[in-house]
Amino acid sequence: MSNPGAGGFCCFEGWVRNENEGRTVERLEYEAYEPLVISEGERVLAEALQRFPYLEARCVHRTGLLDIGDLAVWVGVASAHRDEAFKACRYIIDELKLRLPIWKKEHYVDGDSGWVNCERCAAHGHD
Amino acid sequence: MSESMKTITVRYFAMFREHAGLGEETLSLPVETAKDVFEQTRLRHGSKEPNGHCKVAINDEMADWSSPVSDGDTVLLFPPVAGG
Repeated sequence: MSNPGAGGFCCFEGWVRNENEGRTVERLEYEAYEPLVISEGERVLAEALQRFPYLEARCVHRTGLLDIGDLAVWVGVASAHRDEAFKACRYIIDELKLRLPIWKKEHYVDGDSGWVNCERCAAHGHD
Repeated sequence: MSESMKTITVRYFAMFREHAGLGEETLSLPVETAKDVFEQTRLRHGSKEPNGHCKVAINDEMADWSSPVSDGDTVLLFPPVAGG
């Protein structure tokens, strides 16, 4: 990520939380369709570059079973000034959640489990 | 039926795979668009999920519900995504 022209770096980490909508979550299971996660993810990075010219950006998402507190997703952006880094980072994580073929199954403490339906996740308006 | 029968490989992911009880099947279907494939397989497997929040890809390219499907295509049905 290091770049001699970079004056700022912004990072977002998504962690596994212990509850969702009032239910206690024991762990999460992520499934992804890798070929399209890669191609659509690269499209998101290119769109972010157009809107908020950055110098470096990377994004990684884990799959499989994760425990509470585990890191699930990482986004990092380096840019000449902080504004592009903050905005591009926000754009990348928001579009990732809306568009990439990744699914999340919650395993609850009562033994039940369910796929998370993200239709209620409000889309964030980009500047 | 006006549509011609096409051989389509359908791939199911996440909750769709669990509803269908399998990850992939090749079917002969009277379909013109990706939406037709969704509706036909929904009937077949009794899924209640409407397509509004779902996504579709054809041969590993993101597509629209109105995208045409051709004989031999692979259609990927994605339930509502929830990354992050």
